[in-house]
Parts: sequence; C-alpha cells; structure tokens
Amino acid sequence: MSDTAPQPTTAAANPPVQALEGNLGPAAVVRSSAGGPVSTEPAQMTKVAKLIDISKCIGCKACQSACVEWNDTHPEVGVNTGSYQNPHDLTPEMFTLMRFEEWVNPDTNDLEWLIRKDGCMHCEDPGCLKACPAPGAIVQYSNGIVDFIHENCIGCGYCVTGCPFDIPRISKVDHKSYKCTLCSDRVAVGQGPACAKACPTQAIVFGTKDDMIQHANGRIEDLKSRGYDNAGLYDPSGVGGTHVMYVLPHADKPSIYSNLPENPSISPVVEGWKGVTKTAGVAAMGVAAAGAVLMSLFTRGNRVAEHDEEAAERLVETDLKHDGRGES
Amino acid sequence: MAGTRYSERGDHIETVDPVTVSRYRGITRLNHWVTAISLIVLALSGLAFFTPSLYFLTGLFGGGQTTRWLHPIIGVVLFFSFLLLFLQMWRLNLPRREDRVWVANIGEVIKDQEEKLPELGKYNAGQKFVFWAMTILIVVLIVSGIMIWQQYFPDLVTIPTRRIATLVHSLAAVGIILVFILHVFAAIWTRGTLRAMTRGSVTGGWAWKHHRKWLREVAGRQNEGPAE
Amino acid sequence: MTNSWTDINNTDLVIVMGGNAAEAHPCGFKWVTEAKANRGAKLIVVDPRFNRTAAVSDYYAPIRPGSDIAFLMGVIRWLIENDKVNHEYVTNFTNAPFLVKDEFGWSDGLFTGYDEEKRDFDKSSWDYKIGADGFAEVDMTLSDPRCVWNLLKAHVDVYTPEFVENICGTPKDKFLAICAMIGECSAPDKVMTSMYALGWTQHSKGAQNIRGMAMVQLILGNIGMPGGGMNALRGHSNIQGLTDIGLMSNLIPGYLSIPTERDVDWTTYMSTKGFKPLRPNQTSYWQNYPKFMVSFMKAMWGDKATAENDWAYDYLPKLDVATYDILRMFEMMKQGQVNLYFCQGFNPLLSFPNRAKLTEALSNLKMLVVMDPLATETAHFWQNHGEYNDVDSAAIQTEVLELPTTCFAEDEGALVNSGRWLQWHWAGGTPPGEAKHDTWIMAGIFQKVRQLYQEEGGVFPDPILDLNWDYADPAEPTPEELARELNGRALQPVYDPADATKVVTEAGKQLLNFSQLRDDGSTMCACWIYSGCWNENGNNMARRDNSDPSGMGVHADWSFSWPLNRRILYNRASADLQGKPWDPNRKLIEWTGERWEGVDVPDISPTAKPGEVGPYIMNPEGVSRLFTRGMMRDGPFPTHMEPFEAPIANALNPQLRGNPAARVFEGDMAQFATSEEFPLVATSYRLTEHFHYWTKHNPVNAALQPQAFVEISVELAEEKGIANGSRVRIWSKRGQIWAKAVVTRRIRPLTCDGKTIHVVGIPLHWGFMGAAKKGWGPNSLTPFVGDANVETPEFKAFLVNVEPAAEEPVA
Repeated sequence: MSDTAPQPTTAAANPPVQALEGNLGPAAVVRSSAGGPVSTEPAQMTKVAKLIDISKCIGCKACQSACVEWNDTHPEVGVNTGSYQNPHDLTPEMFTLMRFEEWVNPDTNDLEWLIRKDGCMHCEDPGCLKACPAPGAIVQYSNGIVDFIHENCIGCGYCVTGCPFDIPRISKVDHKSYKCTLCSDRVAVGQGPACAKACPTQAIVFGTKDDMIQHANGRIEDLKSRGYDNAGLYDPSGVGGTHVMYVLPHADKPSIYSNLPENPSISPVVEGWKGVTKTAGVAAMGVAAAGAVLMSLFTRGNRVAEHDEEAAERLVETDLKHDGRGES
Repeated sequence: MAGTRYSERGDHIETVDPVTVSRYRGITRLNHWVTAISLIVLALSGLAFFTPSLYFLTGLFGGGQTTRWLHPIIGVVLFFSFLLLFLQMWRLNLPRREDRVWVANIGEVIKDQEEKLPELGKYNAGQKFVFWAMTILIVVLIVSGIMIWQQYFPDLVTIPTRRIATLVHSLAAVGIILVFILHVFAAIWTRGTLRAMTRGSVTGGWAWKHHRKWLREVAGRQNEGPAE
Repeated sequence: MTNSWTDINNTDLVIVMGGNAAEAHPCGFKWVTEAKANRGAKLIVVDPRFNRTAAVSDYYAPIRPGSDIAFLMGVIRWLIENDKVNHEYVTNFTNAPFLVKDEFGWSDGLFTGYDEEKRDFDKSSWDYKIGADGFAEVDMTLSDPRCVWNLLKAHVDVYTPEFVENICGTPKDKFLAICAMIGECSAPDKVMTSMYALGWTQHSKGAQNIRGMAMVQLILGNIGMPGGGMNALRGHSNIQGLTDIGLMSNLIPGYLSIPTERDVDWTTYMSTKGFKPLRPNQTSYWQNYPKFMVSFMKAMWGDKATAENDWAYDYLPKLDVATYDILRMFEMMKQGQVNLYFCQGFNPLLSFPNRAKLTEALSNLKMLVVMDPLATETAHFWQNHGEYNDVDSAAIQTEVLELPTTCFAEDEGALVNSGRWLQWHWAGGTPPGEAKHDTWIMAGIFQKVRQLYQEEGGVFPDPILDLNWDYADPAEPTPEELARELNGRALQPVYDPADATKVVTEAGKQLLNFSQLRDDGSTMCACWIYSGCWNENGNNMARRDNSDPSGMGVHADWSFSWPLNRRILYNRASADLQGKPWDPNRKLIEWTGERWEGVDVPDISPTAKPGEVGPYIMNPEGVSRLFTRGMMRDGPFPTHMEPFEAPIANALNPQLRGNPAARVFEGDMAQFATSEEFPLVATSYRLTEHFHYWTKHNPVNAALQPQAFVEISVELAEEKGIANGSRVRIWSKRGQIWAKAVVTRRIRPLTCDGKTIHVVGIPLHWGFMGAAKKGWGPNSLTPFVGDANVETPEFKAFLVNVEPAAEEPVA
C-alpha cells in the first residue's frame, strides 16, 4: 500500500491492479467549505475532467446502472409517467440521470431526441461549497473534483441553494447531501469514473482536462462536418469552467438539452448572502453587541431617583386619599 | 375616569409603601421568557450556520445535524410563543402622538433628562419599535424559514426563490439580533426594568419616571374598584 | 454476422433497419460510434419509431411495420436504374448470369407453382437451366432475358419510389435520399454494412426481409468486404451458439440436418447431400458433408457407430413433419398431444405469441419441468396473479417442477457472439442456494433414464444405452470435456490425403480443425464448424491477445471464430476477379500469384486460382445467389407481402393474406383480425434498460425502467383522448393488456394507400414475476403464426386497438 495512484488516468485504460494508496485525501484538498481544513501544501495534481459527448450517447442508462452499483445506492422502483426518464429526477439514491427531450429542429423540421446525462458538473468555482455552512463538508481537490464529506454534512440544504445546476439531493434517511463524486474513490487509485467505464459507446470519457478539451475539439470538428454548425464544448466560464463537460451538437442553445443552464454562475443572491450579508451582518451584530456591553459598563445607566419614588408615592397616596375621603 | 387607555386591565398597584406596580402577569412573563430563550437558541444556532467562525456554536446543541434539526423547530416554537405575546401586547404598542415627541427627544432619554419628555403610557416608542420590529421580522423569518426548511419542505419553492428566501432569512436574522441586542441593552441600561419581567412588578419611581400616564391610569383605576 | 463486431469500425455507412442496435445491442453499437468518429461513417436508421439508434443517426426515415421488402426492392430498383452497381462483382460473384428455367415466372404477387390448398409452392420451376454438361447455363453478358439479372430487373420494376411511399409510408424524398446514400457504396472503395435483428426476423416473411438486404449488399459488392456484410445482431449473447449447436428440431450441430421419415437409410439420406458443383472447378464445400456427419455419429455413439451399421444411422430420430418448432409444440400441447415439456432457459409464456393459447396449452400438460436461474412466468403459469395472470389454479392439473440452474456468470464455458466468436469465460461466482449447472441436471436425468432402460428394457433402448458418455465424472461432464468433444479428436491415426503414409494427427490427439475430419470413422467431432476451438494448441477460445497489427479489427488471437478462426465470411470476395483487393485501404486478403494471403484466414482454398474458383465455396455454383432457386419456401426473390394482420390490402394482389406459404394452424386463421375491427398497427420491441424478461428481477434495472408502457403518437393520443402518462387498454383479437401511455413525437402517423396509419409501440419486458411493476408483454396480443421458412413468430406487425383506461386502483 505504499504506492500512490498515477494521476490522472482515463476510463478506457485498464486500471492498475496493485493495491494503491488513494491520492485524494486531506493532503489534496485545496478548498473546503466554511473554512474547513485545507492542505497547506496541497499535492498539485493535474486537472481532470469527464467529457460527455451528447452526439455519441444512446441513452442506454449503463452509466446510471454503474453509478448505482458502484455507490451501492438503492433507487426505488417507481412508475412510468410518460417518459423514458427513470427515476424522474436525481435523488439521494441516483447521482446521475439520463434526461430525455424531444426537440424539433426549427431549421430542418426534423425531430431530434436529445439525451443528456445529468449530474454534478464539478465546477471550478463550486456554488455548493460556497453555500455550505459546515466546515469540511464540501471539499475540492487539487485535480478539480468537488466531493461531499458526509461525516461533516449537516443536511441543511444550503448546497442545493448554492448549486447553479440543481444537483445535490438531501437524503430523507440520513439527512445528508448526495451527488456525483466523480468517483473520487476510484480516481484516487487511478481508475476512471464508473459511468465512463460502463459507457458502451465511450460517450463518456475521462482524463486530464486538457486532453478532454482536445478530444472534444475533434468531436466538434466531426459534428460540424455533419452539419451541426453550432456544435461546441460546454465548459461554462461563469463557474470558472467545469470538470464535467459536454460536447453539444447545438452548443448555441444549451437549454434545449433538458434545461442545461445557458450561462450558469453562482447566483448573485447567493453571492450576496455569503458575501456582503455575512460580512456586514457579523460586523453590525458585533458592533451592536460590543457597543451595548461597553455602554453598559462605562455609562451610568438610566436610574430611577429617590424623588421619582416619592412622586409615585404621592400620586398613589393622593389617589387613595381622594378615594377614602372624597366622594363617599 | 381611569380606563385602559394606557394600561392593561390586570396592571395594578401591588404595594403602597413603597409603591410597586404589577406590570406583567406570571403567564405573560413565562410567555416572554419562552420567546426569549427560543430567540437566543435560534440566534446561537442560526449564527452557527451564518458564518463559519461561529460554527462551533453547534457544539452547544450536540453537533451540526441536531442543530440543523433543532433550529427550525425552535423557530416554530418562537413563532407561536411570540404570537401569544403579540395578542397580549399589540394594543398598547399602537403608536400614539406622544411617541413622536419622545423619539424627537431621544437624546434627552439617553442623557437621563426625561423631565422634558411627555408623559407616556405603558410603552415608550423604543419599546414599541422593538415590539413591531420583532413582529415583522418574526413573520419574515418564519415564512422564509419554512421556504428553506429542507427536512419537511424541500420542494415548497423553486431554487431561485429559495435563494432569495435564504438571503431574506439571514438579513432578517441579523435584524432581529440587532433588535434583540437593543432590547436587552435597554432593559439593562434602564435600571429597574428587568424586574418587570422577573418579578412582574416595577417600582413606583420607575413607573413615574418612564411611564407616568400608565401609572396614573393604574393608580386611578385602583380607586374605582375595591382595592387591596 | 458475416463479419465481426470489431469490423464495423471499417465501414463507411451503417444502415440499421429491422433492428435497433443502440437499444438492443448497446455494447456492439460501440463499433458504429467508432466508425462514425474514426472514419466519418454515416448512420441511416429506417424504423417505425425514432428510436435510440435514430437519436445518434445521420439520417432517419420512418417505415410501416411489415413493409420492408417493398422498401428493399425499391432500393434495388433504384440502384439498377441509376447504375449504382458493382458490375464486376455482380457478374462474377453472384448468380446474375445464370439462366433460369423458362417455366419460372411471377404474377399477382405469386411465383409459379402456388397451391392454395397446401399453402405451398411447387418449386420445380425455380431453378437453373442445366446444360448437357450437367452444369448450370450462364450468360456472362447478362443479355439473355432468362438470366437472373434480367429476371431481377423485371421483378423489381413495380417497386417505384411512389410504390414504396404508398406501401411503406416512407416519404419519397427520404427514400430517395437513403437510396443515394446507399448507392455511393457501389464504388469499390465505399462500403456499407447492414445491422439487423428481430425487426426483420419476426415477420411471417422474415427470411425474405433479410434476403432483400443481402441482395442489395451483393449488388453493391459489399459481401465479404471489411466494413460490409450482413450482420445479424443476436438477441442473447449465446443465441448464435444455440443455432450452431443445432438446438432446433430439424438440425444436427453444425447445420447438418436431422433425417426425415423419407430418409429411410443412410444411403437415401446421403443422396440428398450430394452438393455436386453446378459450375466447373467450384469448391462446393458441402461435398465434405459425409466427413462431418460420420464424425458427429462417432461423437454420439463412439464404437457403436460403425461402417457396418451405417454409423448407427438408425439411432437418429426421423422427422415426420418439417419441424417440431415451438409454435407446433404448443399447438400440439393445446391438442393434448404432449405429456411432458422440458423448458430449459426459456420463458415461452412471455416470449411466444397468443398468451391465452399458451396458457391453455401448458394447462393440458401432465408435467412441466422448468430449468431456469429465475422464477419465470412460465413456471408460474398456473398461479393466479389477479388481472396479470387471471387463471383458475384449481382447474389446472399440470404438475410443475422448477429446477433452479446457474446463471451465465456462475458457469464456465464459451459464449458465441453475433460475430461467431467463441469466447471462453470463467465462473465469476458460486451458484446460490440449490442452483445447479444445467450439465449436472441433464447428466443426472440421463443417468437415471439409462438406468431405467437397463433395468426395464424398452422398445428401442439402444440409442440411450449406447450413447457415448466418456466423462471423468459421469454425473457432471466438465465444460472442458464438452469443448474438446466439440472440437473433435482422432480415434485412429489421421493421414494426409495427399500422402497416405504421413500421419497428421495421432490417435487420441485433438484434431487441428475440420480439415482433418474423415468419413471412415477415424475421427470424432460433435460440431464440425467449431473444430479448431480446442486443438493441441489448447483452448483457443480462451485466447485474450487483443492486438490488431493490421488495424483492421481482425484480432486473430482473441478467442476463436468459427469457421477456422475466420473473422469475415466470404472474404475472398473482398478482392476482385484477379484477386486484388477492391479497396487497397481495406486489404484483408489478396492473391500473391501463388496463394491467398492476408490478415484474415482466406475463405477459399489457399491455392484456388482467382477467376477459376468462385468465392462462395459453400454454394455448388461457387457464386452467391440473387435468385435462391428452391431453397426458400416462399420464393426465389423477395416479393412484397403484407403481414397476416395488415391495415391495407396487398397492393400486388388484394386476395393474398400474409405470407401465402406460411403455416397456419386450424383455428388460428379465425383469430387474425381485419383493419376494420382493429385499425392500429402494433409492433413490439426491447428497451435497453432491460434484457428480455430477466432483468425485471433485478432492482437496478427495474428502477431504470419500472413499468410497462406503450408508445403512441401525439396525433393518435389526441384522437383517442389519451394523456401522456395515463393508463390505456390495448386489445387485439386474441387478448388485452393495460399499460401506461408514452405519448411521443418519435412515432408519427404514416400515410399508406391513402389511409392514415397509426403505429403503437409495445415493449416486451414486463410480466407478473420479479422486482419491476407487474405488467404485460405484447405476446398477449400477437398472432400465432411464424415465418414461412423458419417459424419465427410474427411479433413485429399486427393489429390492435387502444382506448383510455381507468387508473390502476391503489393497492
């Protein structure tokens, strides 16, 4: 167990077979929610990325199945609601989901069946991490993977609020937040994510982010040669880029792919909440409390004087006298 | 004729020498302290989520998970507790003309020169401000709080709404903590106030100094009916 | 498959028609995405539904279920008319120049010789003119009006683009666009591959659908080519092995045939297996039939099979009917003619048509034995599951035995994939509970039966008593022992035919391959086409070297591909008449001037001279067949036939119903509906989330696709008042089912013969056992009729009706 995994690796390559020590431990943490511990000298790993090529995806759900198997989750057997999409949404037991959308291309009048594998995008600037109040519950490793550390999670749902992609789901059972980990436990020992491993058409590939961008460029060129003039890479800069990227045949219209955000970023409301509100609020409360304490300590205070007591007594007595002798 | 223009019906002169005036019934005091403790618990637990530097406060409640569970439940307790207080107090907290004069001369209050101020009923404008601020903020907090109550209302509102609710909730929380500080400070700084909520009564001098109309009305009413 | 999965990477154009490769064969479909990504290949999908394959296609066109022949004949007509033909290939490698008997003809949708009474053709006129030399007459100039090419031209003349549009509902512009894309592949350096599956086989004329595309591929010169071929995608990982091993009532392993009652003795049987070459110099490889047959008989009965007793020929059962296929077996069960039925790895209650009839048939058995890893619906056919299996259990007297067997992952052995690769695998787990290997169960039953015959005798115990059972543990033959038997071994020294003194294999040794089989009893081999799988080099099926030096996806050292580790069948045809590869960039084999050499095992004698010996060595003609002579029951050319249940009349002959040569049992004809009663066309299919009826037992698959549904167009939903996700009732003349409605734009109404035709899609995974929600499959609705040649049930085109239904009561 002395060796550490080679970093990073592709899903297509056969993984190392010898026992390895995982390399995605505390030493690799570069960001941690709510001031949680980060490595002082983090192991500088190459940025990784998962690339999902929509044009190669056949919607077979092998990725969903592999995800369930690897993470040992137990999605419920639901019902059909008029769609191939099952479960109907991401759940604490289903970290990835094929979303199906029937779209008629207005240019060609041809139907296109747009199938997108939804799941955590592993933002370079993760909104969940920003929103999370629990120290160390959400971490980002130096290779870009955003991971939930469940022992620190308190189940508040702030990550749901913070995420620009509506990804985290809070378990009703253990009240912890769940999402795709990019198989950090596999990547840590030199393997690719389970979904990429299972994908029969290699619509899901994994490797260094640079390699994935290069691979995507080749795919985009192919798509353009087939008439998809607007084919492109989805690596939104609003969240600093993502470590899960899409090749979209219609990259000019991400929202046709089951509401993929056009230009996602951490909501200004969340920024305001976690930024100025937090700072100013803490300052205001601190100043107020300190002021109150100081004023209490160093000012005399408003005291009732003896003459006030006497005045009160006179008032009460007058009234009583009046009562006793007056109108009987 | 002494009525209930400036006082609650139950307010009465307790003793004559020295004069003490009953200001709050036992049930009201209990109600107040339940509310107060709830608010303190909410503030401590809420602050833990508000800023990482105060996350250690979750330790007071047995960790993050229990704090997360407890905070909204206490919020509901506070809401109903305060609602009872509100029903008891709203009438005498309605603004009156003299409040404006009092506010205009707030400096005199701080300088302890209250002789120049108009006589007041049971509550001064500061107390009324605290009351109404609490009222509004608690409504805002309970509504926004339910919107972000993950455990029971995860899908009540859309995520954009939830973001706004979270922001509003934290702004309101900061607000209510400021009001709370003001309230506590005022209660301590104005000597003789605290006993109104502990023992339920105030000294005659305190009543004379701060709430003379109230004292007059209570004292006057005392004479009408069978006293003692 | 003529080619292999990995070879699809070599193609320029993939046409998926009669299948849904992405959905039903997602792992194999990877090679389509590879070809698209690596070579810029294009993908065409022709299907009634815009399916998951269509989702990644370059071009999609709809088609009415059951009208594929019209489409394909239309393509052929277009190819000929527009001269998109590989002429050198057609003239030299197909039977285009062969002259056909003058009596042969076609009119009103029927070939000559039809007997309506027998529902059969007299096929004597469907043959070549045989010259005085005993060889078929040919006209290499293709000018003789009786040559196959000119007959084909005349035959397809009716299939104009307008005719195709009218019959198939495929818009003419889309049809022509597809023709143009296909036509490009007539160039020697452009290759198309056809990927099909049960979308073509499950019709009463399924074999003719496939013939149609095979003819297109021959005309384009794409058979034998890397990246070309006819590629049948098998629905189970080992269903190819099932047919190879001959698990059919009329076959012996290796596609040898079971004798019929007319084959009274060995000589008579062999007289129909002559396979004399029909042209000079041709290989006609089936001339080796006696070697395969004798070696098989030696594998069966060892020393008891001798030249004197005609290799124990009398021990073989003799067929009194064409086949005892599954449809016939269930018909006989229904008639009370079957007492005991063994159902091994098979769930007919969901996988065969007209479920009501199947239930009735199973109820007439005395005993049903089900060997399966799972608790199947068939094993529980007698159990009342409310509306999902509404039977009167008390009235069913069938005794049912369930013998739990191991699952593939708990077995060792070889699975044969669609590309004919025998891939050895090792047990990944130990059998749970009381589960036993199928071999243990079968061996145990055999031992007991043999003991009974020994003790009690019988009318004819010899085939049982004499059966060769030479296994270390008679109670459980090992996979290795069975595999070695399939490969075959020398019983006596095997000599070189060219040098009678030279021993090529010593007695007791494994044979190198089937070239060493002999018809003198010196060799044994249980399945000649597998010979070579486990020779003295060891277990070739277990080879796992995935290197591919040629980059052509040959992977010669990965597992073993029958025959002879050949990866592409008919690969001699990948080179032109002179033996030069049609496309220098796709060089598989070539003639060096002395021999055939290349990266694949040549599908021809290594020294057979090009131009002299034809590439189709299994055919006595030496060439492939655009005209199949009398080998198919329903015609030497594919001709348009409607399904038995069709929304419109046969445009060629309104009197014809279905396939005129298909067998229909008494009583079933009355259960075929007309479009007046049932106006909607239904088709059935698999979904990628499930594997047939197995995976509904697995909670993961069940969660991914939990509940039975049917797919209907937005237009039909509006017409019937059906909301998306609501419950509907679907009924045919044979039964009714309920399911959720998926209202989709992926199915569109078609216009055929002036009528609006609505298509209803019915997936087939649900039943009343397992983890998924209970439901029904399409087989409750489908007609009890099969393909005229191979009896594959007509699951892909039938008539139904649909209406909104009340939601299921919450339990």
